[in-house]
Amino acid sequence: MAFDWSSIPGSLPILWQGMIVTLQIALVGALVGILLGTLLALLRLSPSRLLSWLSAAYVTVFRSIPLVMVLFWFHLILIPLVVGLLFPGKRLELGFITALTAFSLFEASYYAEIIRAGILSVTKGQFNAGLALGMNRRQVMRLVILPQALRRMIPLLLTQAIILFQDSTLVYVINLDDFFRKAYNVGNTVGTLNEMILFAGAVYLVICTLASGCVRQLHRKLTVPAREIA
Amino acid sequence: MISIRNVSKWFGEFQALKKCSAEVHKGEVVVICGPSGSGKSTLIKCVNGLESFQEGEIWVDGISVADRKTDLPKLRSRVGMVFQHFELFPHLSILDNITLAQCRVLGRSKKQAVEKAVQLLELVGLAEQKPKFPAQLSGGQQQRVAIARALAMDPIAMLFDEPTSALDPEMINEVLDVMVELAQSGMTMLVVTHEMGFAKRVANRIIFMDRGEVVEDRPKQTFFENPETNRARQFLSKILTH
Ligand SMILES: Nc1ncnc2c1ncn2[C@@H]1O[C@H](COP(=O)(O)OP(=O)(O)OP(=O)(O)O)[C@@H](O)[C@H]1O
Ligand SMILES: [Mg+2]
Repeated sequence: MAFDWSSIPGSLPILWQGMIVTLQIALVGALVGILLGTLLALLRLSPSRLLSWLSAAYVTVFRSIPLVMVLFWFHLILIPLVVGLLFPGKRLELGFITALTAFSLFEASYYAEIIRAGILSVTKGQFNAGLALGMNRRQVMRLVILPQALRRMIPLLLTQAIILFQDSTLVYVINLDDFFRKAYNVGNTVGTLNEMILFAGAVYLVICTLASGCVRQLHRKLTVPAREIA
Repeated sequence: MISIRNVSKWFGEFQALKKCSAEVHKGEVVVICGPSGSGKSTLIKCVNGLESFQEGEIWVDGISVADRKTDLPKLRSRVGMVFQHFELFPHLSILDNITLAQCRVLGRSKKQAVEKAVQLLELVGLAEQKPKFPAQLSGGQQQRVAIARALAMDPIAMLFDEPTSALDPEMINEVLDVMVELAQSGMTMLVVTHEMGFAKRVANRIIFMDRGEVVEDRPKQTFFENPETNRARQFLSKILTH
């Protein structure tokens, strides 16, 4: 089988457009996911049984449904329904919004578990020390526990973001032109589908390997015994 | 100042405190000692509401700790506490450790809080350490910072839970010296410790606990020279020969 790579240079601008969509999904998914995940983790650990249960239910549901189905579900039912209620009669391009919402809400359930583990890894003694100084529970959480928990979890949070970056290719099922789907389309049109898919795979491989390497470096930095930094 | 009246506490089935009573008057230093698991930490944590209790009352400066209407954070901000494992906030500099609650709880300005922190760091002999982080200090230094952090709130009383038992022997005295100075300055103190040298120097009274009970509560002379109960005698002979 002979490969024909000649169509790649000319299609780079188009592919780049797709890459921007991919990066936007990954970035928004990670940021909103972490924010919402933090909220879910706090609710899960709150003294209120009801809030804790609701948070646990949310996490369990999203972690038990395949991401592809979540995307379909948002694409076919949820987003059209909500948008139909908010902007009746309008026809809007919803693919991008659907992807952002679905990924943010889905990733939140994974981030919630990571952050919950981080919070639980900070000792009771730190919590007591904060309370003993007269801070209320909320202040102790925000000023003492969360900063430590998040710092400890940075490598895991970033690793989850790398997984999210790869999973974002699933948006092809809702016809959104991310990097992978642009590559697929170009290859299909020009007749170099195999080459294009190989090329796209290589790009994901390079980006994710580099990113994982950075996370590993960072992890090593974060775990250096503090006395040595002095 | 601190009044503990018939306090009982259960962890599930297990009764950790059995009708404990004790008084700490203004300016007094009271030492609590007793074997491991006798309930010393549990009792001292009840005083500032870090542990709840099912029976009895604790009053601090005329305020009931167990009363649901009591503003516990406010009460805690007026009672300093020092822990066995220091519990400095590792993500904050020494200076920020001492200013955090001053600003967030007492509403002091950053400038006032820093002034106070510097003044207290000088008192505990650590003025040069303020930009460092807790993990960069020795255990003894960390515990002195923890004392400064508690004092920064201008507490009406101080609680200590085995402040030196996590320290290497050569660092114990630097912490005890600070505590002695504090005691001599008139601070009301309730101290869980096995440092009988400290008790002999500054304590007014010694409370001996065993299996959740206050077994003895007496002036220090009579406690050391002539313990009433066998349990206290055995305990003393164990820790004093070590
Ligand atoms: N959160 C808890 N749940 C169940 N039991 C507990 C809890 N905290 C303490 N206990 C039990 O209560 C008893 C008293 O504990 P406490 O920590 O007050 O003892 P202590 O006198 O401070 O001992 P030490 O000298 O080892 O610090 C112990 O038997 C302990 O196992
Ligand atoms: Mg204890």
